[in-house]
Amino acid sequence: MNTQVTIAGVTFKNPVMTASGTFGSGMEYSQFVDLNRLGAVVTKGVANVPWPGNPTPRVAETYGGMLNAIGLQNPGVEVFKERDLPFLAKFDTKVIVNVCGKTVEDYLDCVERLGDTNADMLEINVSCPNVKEGAIAFGQKADCLYDITSKIKNVAKQPIIMKLSPNVTDITEMAKAAEAGGADAVSLINTLTGMKIDVHRRTFALANKTGGLSGPAIKPVAVRMVYQVANAVKIPVIGMGGIATAEDALEFLMAGASAVSVGAMNFVNPYSTVEIVEGIEAYMRKYGVEDIQELIGCVK
Amino acid sequence: MFYRKKETAKVYSQTEIAPGIFDCLIETPAAKAARPGQFIGVYPKDASHLLARPISICDADKENSRLRIVYRVAGAGTGEFATYTAEDSVSILANLGNGFPVEEAEGKTVVIMGGGIGIPPMLGVSKAIKGDKHIFLGYRDCNNFLADEFLPHGNVYIATEDGSVGCKGNVMNALAATTIKPDMILACGPMPMLRAIKKYAEEQGITAYISLEERMACGVGACLGCVCKTTHKDEHSHVNNTRICTEGPVFDAREVEI
Repeated sequence: MNTQVTIAGVTFKNPVMTASGTFGSGMEYSQFVDLNRLGAVVTKGVANVPWPGNPTPRVAETYGGMLNAIGLQNPGVEVFKERDLPFLAKFDTKVIVNVCGKTVEDYLDCVERLGDTNADMLEINVSCPNVKEGAIAFGQKADCLYDITSKIKNVAKQPIIMKLSPNVTDITEMAKAAEAGGADAVSLINTLTGMKIDVHRRTFALANKTGGLSGPAIKPVAVRMVYQVANAVKIPVIGMGGIATAEDALEFLMAGASAVSVGAMNFVNPYSTVEIVEGIEAYMRKYGVEDIQELIGCVK
Repeated sequence: MFYRKKETAKVYSQTEIAPGIFDCLIETPAAKAARPGQFIGVYPKDASHLLARPISICDADKENSRLRIVYRVAGAGTGEFATYTAEDSVSILANLGNGFPVEEAEGKTVVIMGGGIGIPPMLGVSKAIKGDKHIFLGYRDCNNFLADEFLPHGNVYIATEDGSVGCKGNVMNALAATTIKPDMILACGPMPMLRAIKKYAEEQGITAYISLEERMACGVGACLGCVCKTTHKDEHSHVNNTRICTEGPVFDAREVEI
């Protein structure tokens, strides 16, 4: 039984990854799950310099989901290189570093400084809804996305994944722009912009007023977008959005994703990632699936 | 001893000790490793409510492996927990956070302060500290839950907002009405109370350890949802934003900007 998938020349032992921002750099969850069992750890977004993030409250629960407006707090790429990447090097899993920035120059600086590290791939966050400047603007206009993708591709030593925003009219246009810019893969979906009002306090639940919605509530939207994008581009798609179980992960694979990421559900069940790996294997045994490739995009 | 697991535990008992305040004993091996001031995450069974509710540990019966939590019903999640009875299962993530440095309080004139639903964790703290203790408990009214249980562990002073019991006002008013000169304060309660304690401790040049609260998602330090501004650059964030769930919830009041 083969669960391996290959994306842009990088081979993952299985298609299960962590979604950026929900898993730190793996340290906190390594006390719950064996990171060696995962296809990849996708790290929390890192920028060329430290970012303090947004004021609190930064998180709020919603029906079947949650809103967050962390604001990409991160210690900066230099601390990340000294502390987080050496930690991840100890595990037999692939490392995908999520990169954020406010300007094109920020992204290029960070990507260049990650060139000589053990990062196997870079995921470019052009879709965070919680940062005022830059960031999402690159992910909501096709020409901007094409431009930043091609500039990053010029300097990147690793294959790049462009992480797409669902907060657009037609996500396939964005995926095509990333592909045209030279992206090696796309990942989707980032969170959906949302809002919650605390009626007892008569104020916003989040200090940032708006936040990104994630969790099982968004899964059908994510599956639909993955299906559309997988049928619109030739580059591989990494699917995410509300994956809680192996069956959820299989929906994304069947919709056309080559790999999947588990996000908010890490908070709900810290063992989810490995349970999903095991659940996919159990499904393959049950239905006599020899190679996971048979499942990827099998629903037309 | 470090213990951290998400597990399905069993409710040993639960009673409503004041209107909307519930006292629950949970059977779990986590009790053996629990420190006063740590907390647990309790997950609602209703899957539409995803996140664990952070609830402080009131006390730990290490011999019988039972954690005691005393919480206020604040919404749908805690509303669900309040329906649990003996033998029901309860989904928990335990233990979380750092706890109070009770060893540091040994041999000092210690003032322990609890306000409202910040009172429960101070019971375990009061039991753990040996020596001269003055315990100040602040309530809204005459529903003085847990107050009797503090009596064997120190001199207990009560403040009520409506003046129905003890000193009218808050715990700082009650402290001001005494001649006590604390060497150290340990406290949990609403933010205005903690701010007043921080200010008092700084004026007196004494150490105050305060337990903070914030909306949390993961509870284990990964999501960076529950941060607090710090005066010094911390080892983890490098941006003066410490994690309440991990580096806290208990902080030296001098180190946090609240």
